[in-house]
Amino acid sequence: MTPTSMSHLSNEKQKLSFLEEVIAATPGESHLDICIQCGTCGGSCPSGSDMDHTPRSLFAMIAAGLRDQVLRSNTPWYCVSCYYCTARCPQEIHITDIMYTLKRIAVKEKAYDDSTAPDFSKTFINWVENYGRAFELGLMSMHIIKHNPFGVFKIAGMGVGMVTKGRMAFTPTRIKGMDNLKAILNKAKELEAVA
Amino acid sequence: MSKEKIGVYVCHCGSNIAGTVDVEEVAKWAAEKLADRGVVVARDYKFMCSSPGQELIEKDIKEMGLTRVVVAACSPHLHEKTFRTACQRAGLNPYLSELVSIREQVSWVHTDRKEATEKSKAVISGGVERVIWQEPLTPLKVPIHPNTLVVGGGIAGIQAALEIADAGYHVYLVEREPSIGGHMAQFDKTFPTLDCSACILTPKMVQAGNHPNITLLTWSEVTQVSGYVGNFQVTIRQKPRYVNTDLCTGCGVCQEKCPKKVVDTVYEAGLGYRKAVYTPFPQAVPNFPVIDRENCTFFQKGTCKACEKFCPTGAIDFSQTEEYLQVDIGNIILTTGYDLFDPRRIPQYGYGRLANVFTSLEFERLTNAAGPTGGKVVLRDGVTTPKSVAIVHCVGSRDKNYNSYCSAICCMQSLKFAHLVHERVGAEVYNMYIDIRTPAKGYDEFYQRLLEEGTHFIRGRVAEVTDAARAPGEEGKLIVQVEDTLVGKQRRIPVDMVILSAGLQPRSDAKEVARLFGISCSADGWYLERHPKLDPVATMTDGVFIAGCVQGPKDIPASVAQGAAAAARILGRIQMKEIELEPIRASINEDKCSGCRICNDLCPFNAISFDEERMISEVNPALCQGCGTCVAACPAGAISGTGFSNEQILGQLEGLLLLNIKQHEPAAS
Amino acid sequence: MKYSYYPGCSLERNAAAYHVSTMAVAEPLGIEFQEVEDWNCCGATEYISLNLTASYALIARNLALASKNKKTNQLVAPCSACYLNLRKCDSYMAESADLSEKVNTALAAGGLKYKGGTLKVRHLLDVIVNDVGYDAIAQKVTKPLNGLRVAPYYGCMIVRPKMKGNGSFDNPEYPMTLDNLLKALGAEVIDFPLKSHCCGGHMTQISEGTGFELIRRLIKGADDYHADLIATLCPMCQLNLDAFQGAMNNYFKTNYKVPVLYFTQLLGLAFGMDAKALEIGSELVDARDALSKIGVELPPEPPKKRPSKEELPMPQMPEKE
Repeated sequence: MTPTSMSHLSNEKQKLSFLEEVIAATPGESHLDICIQCGTCGGSCPSGSDMDHTPRSLFAMIAAGLRDQVLRSNTPWYCVSCYYCTARCPQEIHITDIMYTLKRIAVKEKAYDDSTAPDFSKTFINWVENYGRAFELGLMSMHIIKHNPFGVFKIAGMGVGMVTKGRMAFTPTRIKGMDNLKAILNKAKELEAVA
Repeated sequence: MSKEKIGVYVCHCGSNIAGTVDVEEVAKWAAEKLADRGVVVARDYKFMCSSPGQELIEKDIKEMGLTRVVVAACSPHLHEKTFRTACQRAGLNPYLSELVSIREQVSWVHTDRKEATEKSKAVISGGVERVIWQEPLTPLKVPIHPNTLVVGGGIAGIQAALEIADAGYHVYLVEREPSIGGHMAQFDKTFPTLDCSACILTPKMVQAGNHPNITLLTWSEVTQVSGYVGNFQVTIRQKPRYVNTDLCTGCGVCQEKCPKKVVDTVYEAGLGYRKAVYTPFPQAVPNFPVIDRENCTFFQKGTCKACEKFCPTGAIDFSQTEEYLQVDIGNIILTTGYDLFDPRRIPQYGYGRLANVFTSLEFERLTNAAGPTGGKVVLRDGVTTPKSVAIVHCVGSRDKNYNSYCSAICCMQSLKFAHLVHERVGAEVYNMYIDIRTPAKGYDEFYQRLLEEGTHFIRGRVAEVTDAARAPGEEGKLIVQVEDTLVGKQRRIPVDMVILSAGLQPRSDAKEVARLFGISCSADGWYLERHPKLDPVATMTDGVFIAGCVQGPKDIPASVAQGAAAAARILGRIQMKEIELEPIRASINEDKCSGCRICNDLCPFNAISFDEERMISEVNPALCQGCGTCVAACPAGAISGTGFSNEQILGQLEGLLLLNIKQHEPAAS
Repeated sequence: MKYSYYPGCSLERNAAAYHVSTMAVAEPLGIEFQEVEDWNCCGATEYISLNLTASYALIARNLALASKNKKTNQLVAPCSACYLNLRKCDSYMAESADLSEKVNTALAAGGLKYKGGTLKVRHLLDVIVNDVGYDAIAQKVTKPLNGLRVAPYYGCMIVRPKMKGNGSFDNPEYPMTLDNLLKALGAEVIDFPLKSHCCGGHMTQISEGTGFELIRRLIKGADDYHADLIATLCPMCQLNLDAFQGAMNNYFKTNYKVPVLYFTQLLGLAFGMDAKALEIGSELVDARDALSKIGVELPPEPPKKRPSKEELPMPQMPEKE
């Protein structure tokens, strides 16, 4: 059962459960509702041992409606998008896509505990939304200042190496159709907010 | 206006129908609006299939002289026979009654009372129009040949053959390997009793081999089947053994002297060797070897002939050719068993790349005292005893990426393996599972035993088996990576040996064999039973039965039970000496047939033959199952069917659309 | 053979070596690349974590621009993340009418549109191996990489996940196309068990310990198998394994030295091209020592150990997958 609209915002009568909400906000057929809790995802995850809840555990929490705990969990932020879980899941659940959905909901509601990963994504995208391309130096410097100032020393060596080898751009590149891109993205954000 | 006197009976079925359909109104409507069509009485009743319900029909037939009966109730699958028999008791030909479904097709699939009631009226109207065109039919009687063919010599086949043979009737037991025994002959111990598999199997094998009523045809295959229930003609191809069985004593010298050793991929599951001339195992029945032509030095290069030189009775005969045997058979049982899922399809489990990952069948051979290591549980180097073993459940089962069904026996098998490892080498044993499925008698008690033996149960489906160590303690081991879901943490467990409980799947040639016998497979490839709950050993093809794993994964007791059940069915048939066939079948109008033969190849039951002299096609009424394919295909419209003639079908359509009623009421939307 | 080419942000500067070497080998391979006009960033794994419609619209702008090229419907991406984003967007737009409508409404604000399923999104490796073919490539090899032990490293996004109508072109757990390509170039390919394991993506910036551990596993894995170098096909993987190798060593107090090159650079070397022209030397972990092994005579193979009497046979592998 896959509801096709997020009607819980407008229609009081049909308040969706957290499970239904997550399924509705994920593109395609994610099959989250048929999880048998086998643990293949948790077993396959390369960063699984650093998550506070394994992916499987998180899905049990979603099914149990523990919305707050799920959104505060660091699990989706530790997902490296390797898709091992998705490839191996015996129920063909689109696990990685669901992790992205949880990230989006957490960001929208500022429900995350640790802001390192959300801020990284936001900083990255800030450059893209203004220049059309990623800008690593800009991303790294802003991110390190905000989240890991002492880390500067650790990767100083690497930074110097990149510069010496000519692999570091000092200024961002702007695409020609920036206005075009801005119009598209603004429209998209408008549509997303209403959905 | 039809000349018939039709009785219409609308069933309430308690509230199953009456809860959604206004049955009284429907009956009233039928009496009124279909009077012109011949309906002389229309009743509604709580349970038409009950004795009083049936008596209503019988009374009306006798008192009102009804010539046709329409019952509106459940699906014909359930009670068609009930109402036909009731008519027959009252003296009306049973094929002049029609059961239309207003339950499965109306009350169970609609919620709007008004719409459901209107649809019920239309359905009954259709039934009435159809029944007008129905003709009195007599069932066909065909004799039953007392011979039975059992295809597949595993435990299910052996059981079935013995039961029929013991009852005094002849059985042809065909087996494609050199010996009967099947997979059960490969096992060491069987769960839950830990009986030695060979010890309980071999007595039955010997019995089957010696039984006066069983013709054992090993190293043979069925190549052609024609005919119909009670009257099959079967051709069996006996592959050349290159051994004269009249002279062979089974002494085994030929195997000793044969210089060519090959990996035995069948009986030893690829873990051991055999010679080019071999019997698969010492207790083989019959105990005559065969020569594997592909690997025999003489056949490939023209030299050697060591077996011939040393055979004390001169039984080796390289000039043997295949022989064909044609037999008359009354009934057939297919007991061809299963193949094991190939875990190479799951690369992350390492089977084939990592030496110490074994399949379940490989491990059976390892533990078997007659196996390649004499029953010693060792690693692939043939020498080292493992100190830790991981047993992986659900390999290739319960997985939409491979087979979505559960293979039924792997949990018990995995527990059995755990027990054998404890017993033989005292290693640490880990069972990684999603669920522990131990439903039958003694099964959960077996699980308790394994708990008491100190098995480490980890609830988690194994993600990977790898040799890539991350820490010093993992070097040189196989690491099983799994989420221990009961703890909620990912674990990496270093072990020496991994056993994969691979799933069961249909034989690689199951589809072709099914076609040979005219039966169907389910979507998964297992053979299709007539009814999953109430008729698991019969198929849709009369006279062909299935038993054992060919119908779906199951354990030995269930296979034996099914073998016996199929045998009992057949013995019943043989005792009756003849059976009645449904008279619903196609017939070809000679005058209209143009001889185009389009229908010949379309028939799924090979029931249509071509008469070369008269240049027309003919339907064999015994083989015909009344499916209607030829009727639809005939370009000349020359084929019609009793039970589904053009008039009947078009009539029913008219009735459904209410075109038969003088005042055309607006159709229900 | 003509293809639309989507380089992705990394190939502009930090992975310029990948771009340069790809262009260099295009000619002998008979491939003509036409860069998508004014392409934008695909959003990597970042935008999709923030906003669904916007992230797909960002990707779809590229698809819309590429579909304007009437000469070909094949869109090639050398970066695995870009490749995954492009094909996911294309596949989901074909599968979900709802998503397609939203994305196209957004695209329309920029005067563009795209119908899911129009383009065939391919990875560079797929095109080279399947469209050009091993035989054609082997024929162009003038300086075989004999003597070089290479660990083929695929990473995750090139082989996973399988999308509807766009299955992966190689086995998602145990791919072989790069292995076979390297063999065709004459290299000694090691059976690297972690070849499709993840390099961690951006994890070094989120949680140092996690990020560096993922890198350590791969470097250790290649080193355990005595690889001379790792061949990669994704700029993120190259950055992680190469640029962060030093920081990883510092973190774990290890001193691995496994150079990481792009497979197109190795391809170019085998075709007899100049190392500098392939931007070899831009890697932080110096590849020169490893590359000096090319052409060096190897010690004779030790005689194959005869299986002992007790040894049990291995499962018989099929001839060809």
